[in-house]
Amino acid sequence: MTPVIWQLVQIFLVVGLAPAVTGWVRLVKSRLQGRIGASPLQPYRDIYRLLQKEAVVAHSASWVFRAAPYVTFSAVWLAAAIIPAFTTDLVLVPAADLIALVALLGVARFWTALAGMDVGTAFGGIGASREMMIASLAEPAMLMVTFSLSLITGTTAPAQIIGFVLSGGVGIEVSMGLALAALVMVSIAENGRIPIDNPATHLELTMVHEAMVLEYSGRHLALMEGAGMVRLTLYMALIGSIFAPWGIALPGAGAVGLTIGLGAFLAKCFVLATVLAVFETVIAKMRVFRYADFLGGALLLGLLATIFIYVSEAV
Amino acid sequence: MVLTQLSYDMAHLIGAGVLMAGFQLLYQRRLFAVLNTFAFQALALAAAAAWQAHIQNAPHLYVTAGIALVFKAMIVPFALHWLVERLGIHKTVETAMSIGWTMIAGVALVALSILLVLPVTANAAALTRESLAMAMSVVLLGLLMMITRHNAVTQVVGFMALENGLILAAVSAKGMPLVVEISVAFSVLVAMTLFGIFFFRIRERFETLDLNDLETYRGDRQ
Repeated sequence: MTPVIWQLVQIFLVVGLAPAVTGWVRLVKSRLQGRIGASPLQPYRDIYRLLQKEAVVAHSASWVFRAAPYVTFSAVWLAAAIIPAFTTDLVLVPAADLIALVALLGVARFWTALAGMDVGTAFGGIGASREMMIASLAEPAMLMVTFSLSLITGTTAPAQIIGFVLSGGVGIEVSMGLALAALVMVSIAENGRIPIDNPATHLELTMVHEAMVLEYSGRHLALMEGAGMVRLTLYMALIGSIFAPWGIALPGAGAVGLTIGLGAFLAKCFVLATVLAVFETVIAKMRVFRYADFLGGALLLGLLATIFIYVSEAV
Repeated sequence: MVLTQLSYDMAHLIGAGVLMAGFQLLYQRRLFAVLNTFAFQALALAAAAAWQAHIQNAPHLYVTAGIALVFKAMIVPFALHWLVERLGIHKTVETAMSIGWTMIAGVALVALSILLVLPVTANAAALTRESLAMAMSVVLLGLLMMITRHNAVTQVVGFMALENGLILAAVSAKGMPLVVEISVAFSVLVAMTLFGIFFFRIRERFETLDLNDLETYRGDRQ
C-alpha cells in the first residue's frame, strides 16, 4: 500500500514544486543582475492568473492546437512522476526507464512543435523548426548518456541505477563524470536555457520555445508554461537522483528515511537551481548556428564516456 | 599511502579533466578563450601531478606540480595574453575547420590512443595504463590543434597543450627523474619566448599571423 501513497506524493510533489524552482531561478538571476526580482512564489500567481483568463484560439487553429497543451503537460508530468526523486519505493518504478523517459519527453516536444505550426504564423513555424533541430541533436546525446550508464550499471531503470550506485557498485568513475557533463549540456538545451535559448526573451530573432507557444493564452498557456517548469524540475530530479543519489530512501526505509529523502530532494533542487541561475548569468546566448557544436560536444562526451568504460574494464 | 581504488579513481578523474580541457581547446575559437582554457588545462595538470605525488609518495612530483602551476598556468598564459594584446589580434575569430569535424577527429584520436596503449602496456600497473591512454590522447589532441588552426598563437597553444600531455604521461609513470621535467619546463619557456619574437617578426614581414597567407611565399608554388 505504501508504494501507492509515495507514488501519489511524488506525482503531486513534482507539480507543486516546479513553479517554486522556476521562481527561485528567476529570483537568483535578478539578484545577480542587480534587480530586486519577484518573489519565488510569483510563478504560482502567474499560473493562477492564466487559469482564470479566457483562452483565445485563432480562427485557423485546428483541434491539434487545442489538444497540444493537455498532451504536452500530461506527457511531461508522467515523465516526472516515474523518476524516483526521493524514494525508489514507488508503484511506477517497474515502468520507469531512461529510454521511456526520452520517449515521453519526445512526445511532449512533438506536440509542442505541431501546435507551433498549426496556426500558420511565421513565428510558430520558425520556433518549431529550431526546436526540431535542437531535438535532433540533443536526443542522440541523451541516448548515448543512457547507454554509458547502462553499460556501467547493467540497467536503464533509474531505480536500479540508484540502488547500484548507493550500494557502492561504482566508484568515482571517469565515465560517470563525462556522462554527467553530457547530461547537463542536454538538459540545458532541452529546457531552453541560456546559452541555447533565453526563457525570458520575446525577441523574434532568438526565441525558440517562446515562439511556439506565442499563440496560446489562458489555461492553454498555463499548461504550456507549467509543462516547461515541470520539465526543469524533472531534469534536476534526474541529475540529482542518478549522479548524487545520497539520501534517497530505498525500499524498507522507515519514516525517517523518507523524510531524509524528501529533504535531500529539496536540497538538491535548491542547489541545482542556484547553480543554473549563476551559470545563466555569467554566460552569453549562443548563435543558432553554433547549437550543433554545443550539442555535438555533448554527444561526443557521451561517446567518450562509453569509450572509457572499456578502458576501465580492460584494466 | 596505500594505492586504494579511490586514489586510482581520483587520478583518472583529474586526468580526464586535463583531457576535457584538451577538447575545450579544440572547441574554442576566440583567442582569449583559448588562452583561458589553456591556463585551466595547466591547472588540472598541476592538480594531477600533486595527486600523483601524494599517492606515489614521491615528493619531487610536488616540484613538477609547482612548475606546472607557476609557469604553465600563470606565466605562459599571461605572456600570451600580453602578446595578443600588443599584436592587436584579440578579436580574431578562427574558422579554420568546422568545429564539429575537429571534435569528431579528436574522439577518433582518443580511441586510437586507447587502442594503442592498452595492448602495449598489458603488464603495467592499472594506474599507469589508463593515465597513459589519457596522456597520449592529450598529446594527439595538441597535435590536432596545431594542424587545424591557422593562427600562429593558437598553434603555439597547441604545442604547449601537447607538452602538457607529455608531463601528464611523465608524472603517471613511476621513477621519472626530476631533471628531465625541469629541463622540459624550461625549454618550453624558452620556446615560448622565441615564439613571441617570431610573432613580431612574422607580422612585421607579412602583416598577418595567419600562417595560410605564408604559403604563397613558398618556392614550390608556381
